Amino acid sequence: MGIFAFSAPDPCNAFITRIPEAEYGDGKLAGVSIAVKDNISTKGIPTTCGSKILEGYIPPYDAHVVELLRAEGAAIVGKTNMDEFGMGTTTENSAYGPTLNPADRERVPGGSSGGSAAAVASGMVAMALGTDTGGSIRCPAAFCGIVGMKPTYGRVSRYGLVAYANSLEQIGPMAANVPDISLLLQVLTCHDPRDSTSITAPYTHTPDPDIHGLKVGVPEEYFGKGVDPRVASIVWEGISLLERLGAEIITCRMPSMDYALAAYYVTCMSEASSNLARFDGVRYGPPADPKKQWHESFQERRRDGFGKEVRRRVMLGTFALSSGYYGKYYAKAQSARRNVAADFSRLFSEVDVLAGPTMPTIAFRVGEKSDPLSMYLSDILTVPANLAGVPAISVPCGKVDGMPVGLQIMGRWCADERVIDVAYAFEEGVSA
Amino acid sequence: MSSVSGSPAFKALEGDDEVIIGLEVHCQLDTRTKLFCGCSTDYRDDGPNTHVCPICLGLPGSLPAVNRKAVEFALKVAKALNCRVLEESEFSRKNYFYPDLNKGFQISQYDKPLAVEGWLRIEGDNGEKTVRITRVHMEEDPGRLVHKGGADRPKYTLVDYNRAGIPLIEMVTEPDIRSPKEARRFLNKLRATLEYLGVFDSEKEGSLRVDANISIQPRGWFEAHGKGMEGRGRTEIKNISSYKGVEKALTFEITRQKNLIRRGQRLETATRHFVETRGVTTASRSKEMEQDYRYFPEPDLVPLRVSDWCERIVLPELPDARHNRFMEEYGCSYNHARTLTGDLRVAEFYEKVAAVDPRIAATWVADTLLGELNYRDMNIAKVSPSHFIELLQMLREDVITDKSAVEVLRVILDQLAEGCQCEAPSTCVARLNLAKTADDGLDAVIEEVTEEHPQAVEDFHNGRKEALNFLVGQVMRKTRGRVDPGDVNRRLREILSHGGT
Repeated sequence: MGIFAFSAPDPCNAFITRIPEAEYGDGKLAGVSIAVKDNISTKGIPTTCGSKILEGYIPPYDAHVVELLRAEGAAIVGKTNMDEFGMGTTTENSAYGPTLNPADRERVPGGSSGGSAAAVASGMVAMALGTDTGGSIRCPAAFCGIVGMKPTYGRVSRYGLVAYANSLEQIGPMAANVPDISLLLQVLTCHDPRDSTSITAPYTHTPDPDIHGLKVGVPEEYFGKGVDPRVASIVWEGISLLERLGAEIITCRMPSMDYALAAYYVTCMSEASSNLARFDGVRYGPPADPKKQWHESFQERRRDGFGKEVRRRVMLGTFALSSGYYGKYYAKAQSARRNVAADFSRLFSEVDVLAGPTMPTIAFRVGEKSDPLSMYLSDILTVPANLAGVPAISVPCGKVDGMPVGLQIMGRWCADERVIDVAYAFEEGVSA
Repeated sequence: MSSVSGSPAFKALEGDDEVIIGLEVHCQLDTRTKLFCGCSTDYRDDGPNTHVCPICLGLPGSLPAVNRKAVEFALKVAKALNCRVLEESEFSRKNYFYPDLNKGFQISQYDKPLAVEGWLRIEGDNGEKTVRITRVHMEEDPGRLVHKGGADRPKYTLVDYNRAGIPLIEMVTEPDIRSPKEARRFLNKLRATLEYLGVFDSEKEGSLRVDANISIQPRGWFEAHGKGMEGRGRTEIKNISSYKGVEKALTFEITRQKNLIRRGQRLETATRHFVETRGVTTASRSKEMEQDYRYFPEPDLVPLRVSDWCERIVLPELPDARHNRFMEEYGCSYNHARTLTGDLRVAEFYEKVAAVDPRIAATWVADTLLGELNYRDMNIAKVSPSHFIELLQMLREDVITDKSAVEVLRVILDQLAEGCQCEAPSTCVARLNLAKTADDGLDAVIEEVTEEHPQAVEDFHNGRKEALNFLVGQVMRKTRGRVDPGDVNRRLREILSHGGT
């Protein structure tokens, strides 16, 4: 029990809210400083989701994961910056300014959990919580050179996670090394009846670096068009390391990758358009103008309160769900999604895990991804795991141009333990 | 308003046209807690926004979790309405913006409702008929808007989320109803059924809301085409909140549509609102009806697989079964049995008092008591069965006349209506000196009357029947109804014919 004095400078703008004196208790995480992404509800601490529209909102309740962290003694030292409502791959789309990459402040930290990644990478905190809808934990982990994991969908309760795309997203651990990820995951996986999609599968594992005989599948598509050859090459080296550690490498194909990205964006934008409908000026942020008609006033609040990228995704999602277009977009995306899941099951009947790069490139320069479509394309390697609900981790795998590269390992549904073992073996192998 | 079918608007239809009505009925399920959270549903006497939590307020990050009891209640309804419960049903989001809607969407059910294809038997305009039920689904109630400074031009509007998340069941009928009166009867039967199931309390304010679809079509057209005639669009009347209101709104709408048709005007399919205070429907802004709700499956809830569960549910006795039992067990007439079983509270009251004498009890509950209650807009729950038993016993033992019994009943009900403690019937009879006059006393009064009215006596002897009635009336007046008119009649004849005994 005690007070964690949190006064580290924040040159990368990793935090939106800082708690200078964070209380902590006893338990597995006693006194460990933890940063929480600002789309996770914290009682008494502003939760902005990086958006102006939630300005002044102080949640009256803790998210399930925050309750768990507090129960294990963690010191919650602040809320980290993010792309508004998780919509972005750079952490530039925040009402609280961009977060910068600690490895090179001319570059973005990735997103949308860029604040959490930068906080860990710069050593401000020991661990952080991120959320991953289409790669939002793994991307910034790769760009900042830390470990980040998206657990199996349902293994961590979403109660208190401000929804962006409910059917895709998970809260997950971010840390400097795999054992810390494993420790944090032990705390986070606890069945929660308040989340109907929560499964009862507590993670009680201790990482085991022995991967003899493990079959590692490498989908060709993960080294295809759009992947920086330097990134491809360094990740292949990483995969060779797994082979030297006793794993068997098997190349394979994942044809559903062709439409995974489209299925992902239609799904997340559709869900987002509905999730964000509650921000109408009645309950959050500056009040709507009472002199105006209802339709006018809420439209005005939403136009002024949301950033450009959020407005774009809400409008596209609204369109995709509209009568006459539902079948063409949303319904079709769901069937594409089932195909992705089917691809994974087929592959996982032959291999234990899949490996490839986390991101097709190294971290972008600030302002480089001004065209939304090119930003969307950079999620191609991370979204399949979200569409299928399977666990995936990103571990540091060398550098290109002095910038970190991440190796992504994806596992079977609910085989988070195996994914962590492989990542641990790799991490140990690299440092050996 | 006893009968709508006598109104001119309805009469005019009896030629070539017929009325086609379908209903969407929303009832609050009487669970202890809300549909997706643990908040209490008992909010009516409490201040605004006191029965709320992060979930029913829709705070960012909160998630719904289905109340098992609400599903059980809904399954009971589905089963009682003879529906087929889908093997897999799911919740969907109905998206629209309104200040009472805390999440910007309502969690409802769309293309996979809980149950489909049921029916309910009702007393139709031409005997018994079956109204088919299209679907039964669950949804959450939104909050409530409170307009301050006049309903027409409110200065400002406040929102109360106490009601948000109350479980609703929506029941949709096929367009099988043919008159406002049938609609009323359907609702009464539905209410009785839900109350028998113990899942609904019609006494709670705002616990029922009805949307009614109505159109007027050439007779036989609808049956033949399965839809309305072009140019004779239908109206959806939204949000009617009382049983009487449904009948009124439909009656008004028939007049309105009939007038338009008569003038040869095209009737667009439109949404209208019922203004209860004025008894009329008014056009809604077109914006509201062009809503695209953008339904999609609620990603925060898993599909419901409850058809097996439904099979295990055992239903209590329902109105039709009780109707039959009342006829067999108590010897009630068909009509009495129908009246007595049409309301759960009435049926239970009757069963408590029937032991005195089932037939006397049936008449006195169904005909007299319900009429007097209706006149006072009172609920039968206020009447003590033991008092009523006492009254029935005095009747059976011939201590008081029917007329006196009615008087006692009225006195007692008036006392109850004023919120007072009421007298016991025997006390009331004693206080008002209503016990039957002995026969010798009757003879004295008859003698008095015949002496006062010699002309009438002579008329009687000359064979004029009216004279006897006149004399009976005079005797009744003098005894203030404490004697039985039949007794008076008999005794008068005896005395006048034979000079007494």
